Amino acid sequence: MRYSYYPGCTLHSTAIEYGWSTEAVCDALGIELVEIEDWNCCGASSAHSLDPRLALTLPTRDLMHVQALQADIVMPCAACYGRIAAADHKMRTDPAWRKEMEAEFQTAYIGAARPRTLVDVLGNDLPAEALAAKVKRPLNGLRTVSYYGCLLIRPPDLTNRWDDPEHPTVMDRILRTLGAEPLPWAHAVECCGASLALDRADVVAVLSGRIVQGANDAGADCIVCACPLCQANLDSRQKGISRKVPVLYLTELIGVALDLPGRTKWLAKHLVDPRPLLKAKGLE
Amino acid sequence: MKRIGVFICHCGINIAGTVDVKRVAEAIRDYPGVVLATDYMYMCSDPGQSLIRQSIKDEHLEGVVVAACSPAMHETTFRKASAQAGLNPYQTEIANIREQVSWVHQQDKEAATQKAIEHIKTIVEKVRYNESLIPLALSLVKKTLVIGGGIAGLQAAIDIASAGYPVVLVERSNRLGGHVAQLSGVYVNFDAARDLLQSKLRAVQENPRIKVFLQTEVEELGGYVGNFTARLKHTADGQITYSEQAFGAVVVATGHSLRPLAMFGEYGGGRYPDIIDALTFERMLAPDGPTGGQIRRPSDGQVPRQVVFVQCAGSRDPEHHMPYCSKICCMYTAKQAALYRQRVPDGQAYVFYIDIRSQGRDYEEFVQSAMTQHDVLYIRGKVARLYEEDGKVIAWGADTLTGKPIEVEADLVVLATAIMPAEGAVELAQRLRIATDEHGFFSEAHPKLRPVESLTAGIYLAGTAQAPKDIPETVAQASAAAAKVLSLFSQRQLVAEPTIAYVDEELCSGCGLCIPACPYQAREMHPWKHKAVVHEALCQGCGACVVACPNKACKLRNLTPGHVLAMMDAYLAEV
Amino acid sequence: MATQATVSVAHTATSSATPAARGTLRVDPTFLRTVETLSHENIRLCYYCLKCTAGCPTAYAMDYGPAHILKLVQLGQKDEVLRSKAIWLCVGCETCWTRCPNGISAGHVMDALKQMALREGYAPAERRVLVLHRQFLTSIRLFGRVHELSMLALYKLLSGDLFTDLDLGARMFLRGKIPILPERIRGRAKIQQLFKRQARGQG
Repeated sequence: MRYSYYPGCTLHSTAIEYGWSTEAVCDALGIELVEIEDWNCCGASSAHSLDPRLALTLPTRDLMHVQALQADIVMPCAACYGRIAAADHKMRTDPAWRKEMEAEFQTAYIGAARPRTLVDVLGNDLPAEALAAKVKRPLNGLRTVSYYGCLLIRPPDLTNRWDDPEHPTVMDRILRTLGAEPLPWAHAVECCGASLALDRADVVAVLSGRIVQGANDAGADCIVCACPLCQANLDSRQKGISRKVPVLYLTELIGVALDLPGRTKWLAKHLVDPRPLLKAKGLE
Repeated sequence: MKRIGVFICHCGINIAGTVDVKRVAEAIRDYPGVVLATDYMYMCSDPGQSLIRQSIKDEHLEGVVVAACSPAMHETTFRKASAQAGLNPYQTEIANIREQVSWVHQQDKEAATQKAIEHIKTIVEKVRYNESLIPLALSLVKKTLVIGGGIAGLQAAIDIASAGYPVVLVERSNRLGGHVAQLSGVYVNFDAARDLLQSKLRAVQENPRIKVFLQTEVEELGGYVGNFTARLKHTADGQITYSEQAFGAVVVATGHSLRPLAMFGEYGGGRYPDIIDALTFERMLAPDGPTGGQIRRPSDGQVPRQVVFVQCAGSRDPEHHMPYCSKICCMYTAKQAALYRQRVPDGQAYVFYIDIRSQGRDYEEFVQSAMTQHDVLYIRGKVARLYEEDGKVIAWGADTLTGKPIEVEADLVVLATAIMPAEGAVELAQRLRIATDEHGFFSEAHPKLRPVESLTAGIYLAGTAQAPKDIPETVAQASAAAAKVLSLFSQRQLVAEPTIAYVDEELCSGCGLCIPACPYQAREMHPWKHKAVVHEALCQGCGACVVACPNKACKLRNLTPGHVLAMMDAYLAEV
Repeated sequence: MATQATVSVAHTATSSATPAARGTLRVDPTFLRTVETLSHENIRLCYYCLKCTAGCPTAYAMDYGPAHILKLVQLGQKDEVLRSKAIWLCVGCETCWTRCPNGISAGHVMDALKQMALREGYAPAERRVLVLHRQFLTSIRLFGRVHELSMLALYKLLSGDLFTDLDLGARMFLRGKIPILPERIRGRAKIQQLFKRQARGQG
């Protein structure tokens, strides 16, 4: 299994533990990640808010860099995925635009590489038995809720429905393979407030607060997510919540189950420290 | 030379707006054999028809060409007019200069005018070679097949049988009554659906002319109006048996199904027991239902104190579901909410709607009474999401009039799911050789003027198999379909078009190639002459045999090789 | 064809901007066509069911919900929508697009309106949102990737919002999640070219 790999800016900074755990887990599972040569930022929500052309040209530069490899592009971050999928969709559906971009970047767009989320690859490409075979420390007794947020599974026009946009199941399936106990809850696809984290922190506090409270009410030990922005918002907006709920990346829990040594480093990065929970479950 | 008159219709501006009709008349006037070429605003109107009749007499016309709309519209009209003036109707032909000329060439008036002239010339050639024909007389089986045992099928069967004709009623399931049998009380007077149905069921049972077959489907339908042959598949008692019967007419009343809850991801996709569809709620309200008429929520059997009704679940949603309005949901939702309030006086009912469509006698008043008398709270806005939490169903809605999002904690949510064609409707349509629309509802022959007939003669439509409709409309359409059957049966025998195939026995070598070529089984070999013969009742005049015959012995009446060559010459001639 | 019809519809309680002589709205159909072209969305299909507003995470903080914005666009209330907070509070989560019975992405419309507001010199109703977006893009222009530390410092300075979440930032920094030096890509010249091309296109 070989993929082009687009980490995105946050996996080198605020979500460094997601970056580390993604690389370690993929390595352990035999998933080869070929990092895109000299990749640039996708533009996130700022480019499409202010500049519709830039919102397409920035991710198109990244797309053009993977044409030679012809392997699907895997992205851990939901926001990067949304932007790169939108740019890819435009290339596939607008021939005039494609021609213009091919001239701009002096590269032919082949289209063999499809943008994919890391969760999609781990849940739909990797056979469950292959994952199960690598589990050394099953996450027995760990009650989780899977949190998808928005752009990981929406809009269906861009995601091709790799998971159901209203009732996604792939993360639960992976967690069950790891031995955890995913719980049903109602907030899996609610938005955390995303990019308003800095400029309208009050809005994010309300939206993320409600999600964390929902996880609390469902009786979850932790929230499992697959997006740096979601993780940061949920992790940081727990004021006034009776019981703080650690917010872990899916890859971190896979790393714990696979007994990967790097995990001590990752788990130290969280605001709500997950280590006491894991210790209590015998998973330190 | 045959004296031919050409009549050019303006069709208001439909034709004259694009085709220069005066110039066309001018150009045709000099064509060989044409003794009269004239134009008129509406040729199909009374003055237009009398112009044709008068000209036939005054000019001693032996052939008529009407340049107008499609022959599907008015060929019969003009042939009748000719016959009234003493001209054999098969000496009158239509040149279609509307659908085939003016409507499709609106951008190029010059070319359209030129094409109209050429078009008319070819039809003049056809008329020149036309023979005078006499219509065929066919036998008529005065027995009707009604498909579907819901209220539509029952009504049609009763009306036809009451007039004295035998009916075979087939029903796929193991009971009669269709959806009406599942309802509680009906709007606008809360009459028990059971009582309404009982009167119809009794009428069916008591009528010896109606034979009911349950667990029976139509496997195959052959033949034509007046002489259908149906192969019926009976699956009762776990055994499959077949029977074959002859019918003169068929009424299709196969009803509808509902959009499944699984299709509504944002409404739980069928995961939550306390989000139900309206038919399930009807069963709850019905005295013969699983709760004996008690309103209990499925999850824990408690009486729901807050009930949310969601209209347009899957209707008017071209992006994910059905683009059309399901028509009956506004009314039955008002009824269900009112009935809920009657049975749970301290309960609160909310109705989320986009628009209220209450067209019918006393319908608007009924909806108003649900709001005022029964104190149902109507909120204009669509629900975006439903989920269960802590034993409640949380409804995220909005009120369009304030523009504010609204959240309701409900005990039970009832979805007015979209009406869809019955399962297998498209396959049945293929077996019956009738048309469906893009959703699978059976298509009527004309949306305004022939709303209960299919495009296949002798097959009629009734009820929700054609489009969403409520009980009174369904019953009315069923009676209308029955009236059509009775008007068909009022004839002694059927008259058929004589423009079908014939075999020139002098040329036929008896090779038999035409027999498998015929899609209507209208060919056989004469037992001792060893020449092919045409079964005139079955032949549709399609021309497949003409193509298959190596000896040019198969011909179509009034479309012989002589006709076709003359028409081609006229079309290809230099102008 | 007339470019501006003068059909009047009743002045709604919420529309406080552009008071006309008799308190009536002036309908301008050209605005609808312009926004449709810019957003690539078929806004006229909206029949105002509010499924988007009901599911929108930030609608509660908006002055007009997403459907209300679409309605105002239909009626050509340009000034009102370009001054609204709503267009700046949309986070582009695409929930509206996912559920809309008519396949409209209100988010794409919000983006087009933001861009139009900037082009036409409207002061953004949520100024800090714009400042952050601009600093974010500046970071990309300079380095090819986002550098949180410099971006945040500039944002704090320019927005005047010096103290919100300062403790949070400090906690992130202490956990080593905010690198001091930016990552610079080699293809910065190309990135700057893409930015410039845009500026030319806009002019």
